[in-house]
Amino acid sequence: MNNFWGDSLSSFWSTWIIVITLGTIGISAWLLFANRKTDKTPDAEGNVDTTGHAADGIEEYDNPLPRWWFQLYVGTVIFSLGYLVLYPGLGNFAGLLGWSQESQWEEEVARAEERFAPIFAQYQEVPIPELSQDAEAMQVAERIFLNNCAICHGSNAKGGYGFPNLTDDAWLYGGAPENIVQTLTNGRNGLMPSWQQLGSENIENVTQHVLSLSGNAEDAERAEQGASVFASVCAACHMPDGTGNQALGAPNLTDDAWLYKAPDQSLADSVRQTLRNGRNGHMPAQAAYIGEDKVHLVAAYVYGLSRED
Amino acid sequence: MRHEIVEKNVGLLAVLILVVISFGGLAEIVPLFFQKQTTEPVEGLEPLSPLELAGRGVYRREGCVGCHSQMVRPFRAETERYGPYSVAGEQVYEHNFLWGSKRTGPDLARVGGRYSDDWHRAHLYNPRDVVPESIMPAYPWLFENTLSGERIDDEMRVMQKLGVPYTDEQIANASEEVRGEREITALVAYLQQLGTVLKDSR
Repeated sequence: MNNFWGDSLSSFWSTWIIVITLGTIGISAWLLFANRKTDKTPDAEGNVDTTGHAADGIEEYDNPLPRWWFQLYVGTVIFSLGYLVLYPGLGNFAGLLGWSQESQWEEEVARAEERFAPIFAQYQEVPIPELSQDAEAMQVAERIFLNNCAICHGSNAKGGYGFPNLTDDAWLYGGAPENIVQTLTNGRNGLMPSWQQLGSENIENVTQHVLSLSGNAEDAERAEQGASVFASVCAACHMPDGTGNQALGAPNLTDDAWLYKAPDQSLADSVRQTLRNGRNGHMPAQAAYIGEDKVHLVAAYVYGLSRED
Repeated sequence: MRHEIVEKNVGLLAVLILVVISFGGLAEIVPLFFQKQTTEPVEGLEPLSPLELAGRGVYRREGCVGCHSQMVRPFRAETERYGPYSVAGEQVYEHNFLWGSKRTGPDLARVGGRYSDDWHRAHLYNPRDVVPESIMPAYPWLFENTLSGERIDDEMRVMQKLGVPYTDEQIANASEEVRGEREITALVAYLQQLGTVLKDSR
């Protein structure tokens, strides 16, 4: 960690702060005592002092300050001096308690680490398939999932338009424990280029061919015509039989999972749009945010999602 | 009674009040102008690109700062959720600061890179599409408005005067760079760089 708080004040600024701080406290105290008035007994004729201010015949008494108010004022002066002795406030003087924002944060983190690290370390030992059966661990994992993953994948983990459903059996990058850990740790960047250059006729044909792979073709003739383009262009990533390639994150086109089908969109439209504009699915790496221990735990949670009975 | 002089001369009274209340600022604020930790950028800090700067303009115009702070405080609860606490050196090129003081929505000081561009677009188009319980307003017009790029070079010139190290060449090319871009593109570019300089220092 960089040292952001470390550089101390120059002695000029340190003195500047000390002089102003103590000076204003001194002046406040002086002001209070210098103007203090204690005598409020009436004179021989029973008159009491007034301030000399009169409005419509109403005069203002010049009475001493109420005692409770006076004591409160003195109390604040004493408190401020005590505070400045214990806590950093006077230039470079760190205060007798040695408190700092940074050290407070470090202590807080260390305390939490001490309490939670053994729990996570214990989970870390358990293989992911086994851990996904541990109800208590999965309760913890669910909280982490909801805080970090649900924002894209949904609180029910069913995903949405452009965000993969984690509860089904369709895996873009593989559903084995090590694949899930890899996805969480380093993130994923799925890139399907735009195929606009094929021309609209070819895009129509390939669209129908892609739909035919999952038995959804609307136009068998076009599907047939799209086969050769698919074989030369698409098969490189999606494989000749359209089953995809998890090493590249190229989706399986023969199943019924459609990542980019909007609710109000036909399947053909969605495929057409993908072919024309390309897609870029990006999952940010999570290890830096949640740490390795929690990645393991969340991986078990995700592993369990699609294997629930 | 001499304080009558002060009481009866309102101009003098105002001046003296200013003197009195300035002591706090003199002790707490003025020394910071001369501290390395507030005046020197953290390592790797770059001025915003023209597109990001335009996005910052959108951020300000839409009043994002009213509900989102940009300041992770040094508490574990915050660093666990958002990432490393904010430091002054990250804010050296910020004019004005967008720290905010209200968290109706989450802090955004380290939101850069946390979610995908697609997520931000979907979320800004209609937050309920990705976060059903969100109360954030939708900003669909950002997807229609384009940037003219007309004032971005002026803005950069002002930043330059304030000490942001833009080169004259960057300023000369700025308008060209952002012209015709959608506002959403600029805003997402701005959001995606927030807090990324220190993101790994946790």
